[in-house]
Amino acid sequence: MAANADVWEVFIQSKNGLAHKHVGNVHAADKVMALENARDLYTRRNEGSCIWVVKATDIISSESEDSEAFFDPSNDKMYRHPTFYNMPDGAKHI
Amino acid sequence: MSSLLQYTLRIADSSLILGQRMSEWCAKGPTLEEDIALSNIALDLFGQANGFYEYAAELDGEKSADDLAFLRNEREFFNHQIVELENGHFGDTIVRNFLHDGFNFLFYTELAKSKDETLAALAAKSIKEVKYHLRHTSNWLIRLGDGTEESNPKVQTSLNNIWQFTGELFEMDEIDNELLSAGIAVDNASIKSEWDNIVNKTLKKAKLSRPEDGYMATGGKKGMHTEHLGFLLAEMQFLQRAHPNAKW
Amino acid sequence: MNETIFQKRIDAEKKIEPKDWMPDGYRKHLIRQISQHAHSEVIGMQPEGNWISRAPTLRAKMILLAKVQDEAGHGLYLYSACETLGISREELIQQLHDEKAKYSSIFNYPTLSWADMGAIGWLVDGAAIVNQVSLQRTSYGPYSRGMIKICKEESFHQRQGYEIMAQMASGTAKQKEMAQDALNRFWWPSIMMFGPHDADSPRTGNAIKWKIKRQTNDELRQSFIDKTVEQAEVIGLEIPDPDLKWNEERGHYDFGEMDWEEFWNVVNGNGPCNKQRLAHHKKAHDDGAWVRDAAKAHAKKPKIAATN
Repeated sequence: MAANADVWEVFIQSKNGLAHKHVGNVHAADKVMALENARDLYTRRNEGSCIWVVKATDIISSESEDSEAFFDPSNDKMYRHPTFYNMPDGAKHI
Repeated sequence: MSSLLQYTLRIADSSLILGQRMSEWCAKGPTLEEDIALSNIALDLFGQANGFYEYAAELDGEKSADDLAFLRNEREFFNHQIVELENGHFGDTIVRNFLHDGFNFLFYTELAKSKDETLAALAAKSIKEVKYHLRHTSNWLIRLGDGTEESNPKVQTSLNNIWQFTGELFEMDEIDNELLSAGIAVDNASIKSEWDNIVNKTLKKAKLSRPEDGYMATGGKKGMHTEHLGFLLAEMQFLQRAHPNAKW
Repeated sequence: MNETIFQKRIDAEKKIEPKDWMPDGYRKHLIRQISQHAHSEVIGMQPEGNWISRAPTLRAKMILLAKVQDEAGHGLYLYSACETLGISREELIQQLHDEKAKYSSIFNYPTLSWADMGAIGWLVDGAAIVNQVSLQRTSYGPYSRGMIKICKEESFHQRQGYEIMAQMASGTAKQKEMAQDALNRFWWPSIMMFGPHDADSPRTGNAIKWKIKRQTNDELRQSFIDKTVEQAEVIGLEIPDPDLKWNEERGHYDFGEMDWEEFWNVVNGNGPCNKQRLAHHKKAHDDGAWVRDAAKAHAKKPKIAATN
């Protein structure tokens, strides 16, 4: 059976001020249908204030086997974190 | 029955009957996503019906909203005939709903200005829902009309068949006129040209042609119906009729 | 090597994500289980959908429609989780139509009265929830996330069913009779929803080792029965099992043996509604083909006329 529709990933902003969060996907033939399908499926309980839909094939993901090369190098760069630094005793508000 | 009660029932009945039709789509949609969309429309319509029936029950003073929905006969229902038409195929449903949604959107927009505060409030809530329904059915009409060699003639036929049920939407009878002069009712005739605009614009995008106005069905608002309504009511009212003393 | 690392992650309660290496058996087991779960949600729309047009009040009508709609939604969440394993929804539907994929046998029983809406919500959804709550901790990330969402949404399903049962059990004599009859018909199929006894369930071993399943069939069944007995007493209905009694020593209810011949018959296609359910699904799918084709053709046209 041929695929009838594209897969679209759905991101919902639950209220203004918050980030859009991935909630799942829908199938749809076009972007307007994708948006309406996302609205009908993922905001049945008052969950939304804004919806993004993105064609799944347009998303590129890092691969699991690359995860060490991608993410381990930042492990030893503790100087990026405030707790790395020695503050003199008695210094406040810093 | 007071004119206001009958006027309220007309709106409630159209919402209920169309909601009932839409709920028949459950588990039959062309995609699972669309199945959910059709149920959402049905739920909006039941919610609207419920609101208008509650008001009707208040005006009636004796019957409850459920009594009004489940214990009246065919000739006591005042919905537009277009909403009782059978679902047919998906294209038939989309055409029927699109034509009615366009009317409903304009109707509620006007009714929201009614001097009757309850009707105005119920209408204001309904506008938002109907606006979405109109958007949804318009988009589908365009996809089906401007789709394949199979889909275009199919929905053109739906349109030709259903067209005769659009005339009734814009009729004004003595109840409409009486309540219009009291600042309560909508002047249905006055929203016709805006409806024409919506319909013409969408049909053009959908590559469908607007049927000629020929015979126009009429009578729903006075309790005259197609043969379809009786079966719909028989099914819908079955439990209430079979167990008259039961509470549900 | 891979397998060892994989099992270590499982044992450490780390979730497996779609791009991670996984044993073939794990992938296959998940596809089978998640798709069966998805198909159950979707086929499960039919027995209840059967009563939407006849619901006795406006309130009951809206509740039932919203509930059946949720099932469609849950079917979609699950299809979407299953697709992350590298199989398309179309393939999954094809497997259903070819009878290569199964769905829960409970939906092959007919709904004969309004009380069945109560029994299904209370017992069938109740049993499903026991299973789904346990599956929130399943090791496959997308499945687990789907389950968490489903559990959150389903909490009203069992309550609406129990409300119908309670109302009918305290209604007219005829209503009470319908309620008891519904309980009689749905009790045994409901407790069989958890599947065969652990000893007769060959795949349970791996599923537990891989933490796809977190509790066995018999554990889940016992937990459901323990919860449900008192609920029946509260509304004055009788569970149709003469062997049902509290076992002080075990701290659980003992219950009678299920009719496994009937169970396997229904699983293998010979239940009262197997053919009807599948035919309904196929018909809706086939009837929608021209609509899906039209939408696809329209999307390919140079100018999208639809308004955003």
